[in-house]
Amino acid sequence: MAKEIKVTMEKAIEKNINISSAIAEDENHAARIDAKDIKVWYEDFMAIKGITMKIKPNTVTAFIGPSGCGKSTFLRLFNRMNDYVDGFKMEGKIKLQGNNIYGKKVLVEELRKEIGMVFQKPNPFPKSIFENVAYGLKIQGIKDKKFINARVEKALKQADLWDEVKDNLKKSALALSGGQQQRLCIARTLAVEPSIILMDEPTSALDPISTAKIEDLIFELKEKYTIIIVTHNMQQASRISDYTAFFYLGELIEYDKTKTIFTKPSKKQTENYITGRFG
Amino acid sequence: MNSIQKNRLKDQLFKFWGIACTLFALILLVVFIGDILIDGIQRIDWDFITDLPSRKAEKSGIYTALMGSIWILLLTTIIAFPVGVAAGVYLEEYSKKNRLSALLEINISNLAGVPSIIYGLLGLEVFVRIMGLGASVLAGALTLSLLILPIIIVATRESVKAIPQSLRDASYALGASKWQTIWNQILPASGGGILTGVILALSRAVGETAPLIVVGALAYVPFAPASPMDEFSVLPIQIFNWISRPQHGFVENAAAAIIILLLITFVMNGIAVYFRNKWQKKLK
Repeated sequence: MAKEIKVTMEKAIEKNINISSAIAEDENHAARIDAKDIKVWYEDFMAIKGITMKIKPNTVTAFIGPSGCGKSTFLRLFNRMNDYVDGFKMEGKIKLQGNNIYGKKVLVEELRKEIGMVFQKPNPFPKSIFENVAYGLKIQGIKDKKFINARVEKALKQADLWDEVKDNLKKSALALSGGQQQRLCIARTLAVEPSIILMDEPTSALDPISTAKIEDLIFELKEKYTIIIVTHNMQQASRISDYTAFFYLGELIEYDKTKTIFTKPSKKQTENYITGRFG
Repeated sequence: MNSIQKNRLKDQLFKFWGIACTLFALILLVVFIGDILIDGIQRIDWDFITDLPSRKAEKSGIYTALMGSIWILLLTTIIAFPVGVAAGVYLEEYSKKNRLSALLEINISNLAGVPSIIYGLLGLEVFVRIMGLGASVLAGALTLSLLILPIIIVATRESVKAIPQSLRDASYALGASKWQTIWNQILPASGGGILTGVILALSRAVGETAPLIVVGALAYVPFAPASPMDEFSVLPIQIFNWISRPQHGFVENAAAAIIILLLITFVMNGIAVYFRNKWQKKLK
């Protein structure tokens, strides 16, 4: 058993290095995130079995794959959201513009200002719309009201929510519809001005119209931000992403331009998955 | 009779048994309160509340005992509230879920079940003798704090546990520290549950007699306490003292004091229910 895992791991590492180097040659951009030989355990369960991958700036990268294959776990490594999970253990290095984010001197709070996150279920705070967006600034100790007001307005505009809520910013965020709540969560993330936004199935709890709005939003945000999105929706991945990574059982099977993945995938597993034959 | 009918019958039988059991408890309470009201209600007036204790039943009042109870309540709140809530939050938010924390958890639940007289003995030894506080309000309040700490800790943990993980995630993902998340999100969201638990615990403390007798609360004190180091009496002890007297007048006094004590407890429970409902609405 152990031997078997080791062999798979070695294969995976080999494979991933090939993939990422292929992409590196393909584009001249410097990598925004550079993850090398990542392994993750929850207690005894190995959730990520050695993944190496680079994420380029101002692109949308989609993580696809069946449930429980490590996409979300891998995504949550980038802003260290797994740190509080009991039994979490990790090996490998993740560099954000050259700096190891798991280094001893790294302040997790600073990292999370740089790398924002939007979750699967809209999770606004049980506070007013304004308070929700201003929260990230207030916890940084910013007290300048004018500055906060300006940032809140800007973030709500960026998230395409301003026109709908500008007259009742004091209203409870919980009174908004699901789609509005999710855009509020995006606005809340944008207000902190991160450079990378992680999205963990951000539309899986939303209706098609709200989903379309979020997708449009992602497309607009791409100009300024690097976006990594986990999705179960193949059409969504093909619509909005520039790069797609296919995960399976804790391994990165294939990582390439979205067009390539969806038209001529090089691995049989990828093809089977995107054509709906398994997963 | 087929099996569906049989099951229906069983269902009905159990339903009526349940109603009977509920009514039994309720009727007992109503009879008890009614009896007390008949005995004591005509004794209650402003003088009864403001008079000092006396040898004569009709001149006796509950002033010193009531003040003692209020002192005890305030001091116990000041001591037990921050300690209990902090311990509860620590156990839920900081401590790692391992064997040690499981052991701690079981023991705290066990502590909630320890007879109150044992706490009295502990208080007598530690606060009255070793710390040299004497039979003071402070010693009494410290003892009662110990008694209700487990209840507050458990209530805090339950309320904090009920906060969805997504709320913590949202706060952390925006760069909040653990403390900022607790202070800005978790405590406000779980405040209703915590307050409810604290108030219910306090309303238990206000009715406690045994540990305070052990600590040295007196049945007769001529003056209301003026500082935490003064000697004191409390309502339950006053009631106990009056009931054990032979004269009928004191029985009336006891009934009247019981009404006051019940009133305090009911009001506190009412406040607890109010907070719970208000917070539940806010979270929805």
